[in-house]
Amino acid sequence: MGIEIEQPCVELSNVAVSETHGEDSPYFAGWKAYDENPYDELSNPSGVIQMGLAENQVSFDLLEKYLEEHPEASTWGKGAPGFRENALFQDYHGLKTFRTAMATFMEKVRGGRVKFDPQRVVLTAGATAANELLTFILANPGDALLVPTPYYPGFDRDLRWRTGVNIVPIHCDSLNNFQITPEALECAYKDAEAMNFKVRGVLITNPSNPLGITIPRSVLEEILDFVTRKNIHLVSDEIYSGSVFSSSEFTSVAEILEGREYKNAERVHIVYSLSKDLGLPGFRVGTIYSYNDKVVTTARRMSSFTLISSQTQHLLASMLSDEKFTENYIETNRERLRKRYEMIIEGLRSAGIECLKGNAGLFCWMNMSPLLEKPTREGELKLWNAILHQVKLNISPGSSCHSSEPGWFRVCFANMTEHTLEIALQRIRHFVERIRTQTESV
Amino acid sequence: MKLLSTKATCNSHGQDSSYFLGWQEYEKNPYDEVMNPEGIIQMGLAENQLSFDLIESWLDKNPDVPGFKSNGKSIFRELALFQDYHGLPSFKKELVDFMAEIRGNKVTFDPNHIVLTAGSTPANETLMFCLAEKGEAFLLPTPYYPGFDRDLKWRTGVEIVPIQCTSSNNFQITEPALQQAYQDAKKRNLRVKGVLVTNPSNPLGTTMSRSELNLLIDFIKDKNMHLISDEIYSGTVYSSPGFVSVMEILKERNDLKDCDVPVGDRVHVVYSLSKDLGLPGFRVGAIYSENEVVVGAATKMSSFGLVSSQTQYLLSAMLGDKKFTKNYISENQKRLKRRQRMLVSGLQKAGISCLKTNNAGLFCWVDMSHLLHSNTFEAEMDLWKKILYEVRLNISPGASCHCTEPGWFRMCFANMSEDTLNLAMKRLKAFVAAESNDNACSKRTSRRKSLSNWVFRLSSRDHREQEER
Repeated sequence: MGIEIEQPCVELSNVAVSETHGEDSPYFAGWKAYDENPYDELSNPSGVIQMGLAENQVSFDLLEKYLEEHPEASTWGKGAPGFRENALFQDYHGLKTFRTAMATFMEKVRGGRVKFDPQRVVLTAGATAANELLTFILANPGDALLVPTPYYPGFDRDLRWRTGVNIVPIHCDSLNNFQITPEALECAYKDAEAMNFKVRGVLITNPSNPLGITIPRSVLEEILDFVTRKNIHLVSDEIYSGSVFSSSEFTSVAEILEGREYKNAERVHIVYSLSKDLGLPGFRVGTIYSYNDKVVTTARRMSSFTLISSQTQHLLASMLSDEKFTENYIETNRERLRKRYEMIIEGLRSAGIECLKGNAGLFCWMNMSPLLEKPTREGELKLWNAILHQVKLNISPGSSCHSSEPGWFRVCFANMTEHTLEIALQRIRHFVERIRTQTESV
Repeated sequence: MKLLSTKATCNSHGQDSSYFLGWQEYEKNPYDEVMNPEGIIQMGLAENQLSFDLIESWLDKNPDVPGFKSNGKSIFRELALFQDYHGLPSFKKELVDFMAEIRGNKVTFDPNHIVLTAGSTPANETLMFCLAEKGEAFLLPTPYYPGFDRDLKWRTGVEIVPIQCTSSNNFQITEPALQQAYQDAKKRNLRVKGVLVTNPSNPLGTTMSRSELNLLIDFIKDKNMHLISDEIYSGTVYSSPGFVSVMEILKERNDLKDCDVPVGDRVHVVYSLSKDLGLPGFRVGAIYSENEVVVGAATKMSSFGLVSSQTQYLLSAMLGDKKFTKNYISENQKRLKRRQRMLVSGLQKAGISCLKTNNAGLFCWVDMSHLLHSNTFEAEMDLWKKILYEVRLNISPGASCHCTEPGWFRMCFANMSEDTLNLAMKRLKAFVAAESNDNACSKRTSRRKSLSNWVFRLSSRDHREQEER
């Protein structure tokens, strides 16, 4: 083997060579293991089952039925009369019919308890873009956003990478079911100050990823009071709002604002997407809803960097304007997710594993701390590795979500068939039995 | 408070410039053959509307494709779930084949080196994020596309330093101009990371010559920097000398590996289907680079602006139809050529000439300097407003493209019908005739006065911003 000479390179930016994209974390190693050996019922029944992907695959039949019955949504009619106009349409205000349909859909998801003005809807290519865009608008490089832990690992990239903004965690733990407390908020604010970061806002995900729970109304009120006192922003990422098992259990920050007659509302911004509720992550449909006129205007201009394909806007304008379809979809989807949730909870319970009592989302927050050799991050990663390579399940370790307590894992349940879920639960049962027998025999 | 970031409150998005006044006026009073024949004709929008029928007929013959079917089977689910930032493999393959076809297959592209982005707007911005730090600079030949001021600078903090080009040699890039720009950057304490060119050029509507391309390669080799070639108009070249991509030059030269970093690793191409195929709404752009680190970083960054999988699928099928693409490329070019001829001859009848090297793009670079009352940009603005309000044509003034010489305008010809183009030429001819028949000073002074009153009233109204390409 020859001597390795380090190749010089024309300098790329710090951003390009930094690791803030976060893709070297173990979270992504699980993906790789799955890609190399993916489970298939027939061709690879002993492969890795993907339970680390928060996708909603339970309601595709409803979408397919709609498309079957409304071919004009995906084509442009016979002779394609609408094609030209659609192909030329690159206005960053977005297709009016689509924006209006989005606002209406968001209202329906919230049980009609709140109104959204289509003029405040800004369209982006997915919630990933929406969160980054808002960060560019609300904060300068070196500033900070406070984010409650545990949080979606992608935030480390989306909020920080190109923006140069920092995330300071608001620590939440199992003692009170991971709820955000005013003390934790104040603590995080002080932590940021100690690091010389100017705090620009709080970003919450409601319903929470990875916890799978909605934030109670009283906590939302406290958060709103906190940001008002500190004179900072509040971003509420509500991309799982349509995945709440029972509509009455979700309170959007929009409802609180309406209750307060929109006083101080111009510091609040909501992020939404169709990737989770409608199961369309490939179509890249996200929105920012802001009560702040300047943010709306600026976000709209910035959305030039991340517009939604007009072909896709056309399709979804048609689908989401169909109230019969949307009402049926929302209700049916909720019901199916609830059933899946109950199935996995029951299955885990019979294996002796408890989860946080969830009421939303495409995943549950599972407590495996009793199975840890050591109650540390290393212990958690060891267990995660065993589950990945021995049990052949890819689940997300809490440490990748910045959880302060080791032993919690996020397990997705809506991205596979019921049969596959059964297999996964069986494998978990056997694994837990094996460990218990081993521990007992020692 | 409501404190926003510096980015949010600064003016780098560029949308407060008077340039957008033209758009606003058009919106208020748009020409329509039947409904508003006296309205303003939009000649400031570089859209390609000449070949839609070819695409529409393809769609008619292939109804399964937009209907999410492949070989009779529904692939809706797979597409709906597909959000891999590596892009749909079939689409990437067809896209690189299409790019090669446009270049007469003189170069080939590796689909693994292409990064898909939601339009060329994010492609250019992403390259800035990858290649430069905040406060560093890229050199751009003037005149250039006004959108670059936003796309390259706004969120990245990167600076643009102009390479001044002049009409004396048809605005070609020269070595002295390159060196001067480099020195200008130095004087401003800016570290230059590279050069960005648009080839074919917007707004010039010309292809870059081999000697210019070689000059650029020599320059970046010597200065150890990057070269970005925005080739989004590559499919719109309709007459000689034809299109030479920087990739072709790289292939031809054999002196490029004997330096610290192979030059090939520092050249990056930007492409899009917005101009060649006339599909700006579909948001399809791409970065091509042989530099694996750039491809890696840009791929991850594309998460912030992926192409809709629905659209990737449609276009993979369309571009995969080689009979269609072959016919489209040649027919589109023929139609563009014909249209350009119409505009040029119409302008000639009005005693107006355009850049004689014009052989590409969706517009002409027109010389109206002889109509200026003085050789200044104020006079250019006055003339532009007259053309907007009296002639009722919205065209783009050279100042908005950072041209160093007053009197040049970009006029688009591919975004309207033939009849509309003819009408625009008629109006212009009448205007020029009237101007020259005028008794010099008095009438002009009073018209200018009433004009500026009119402008003052209108500009104080609430504007709705719009996109302009």
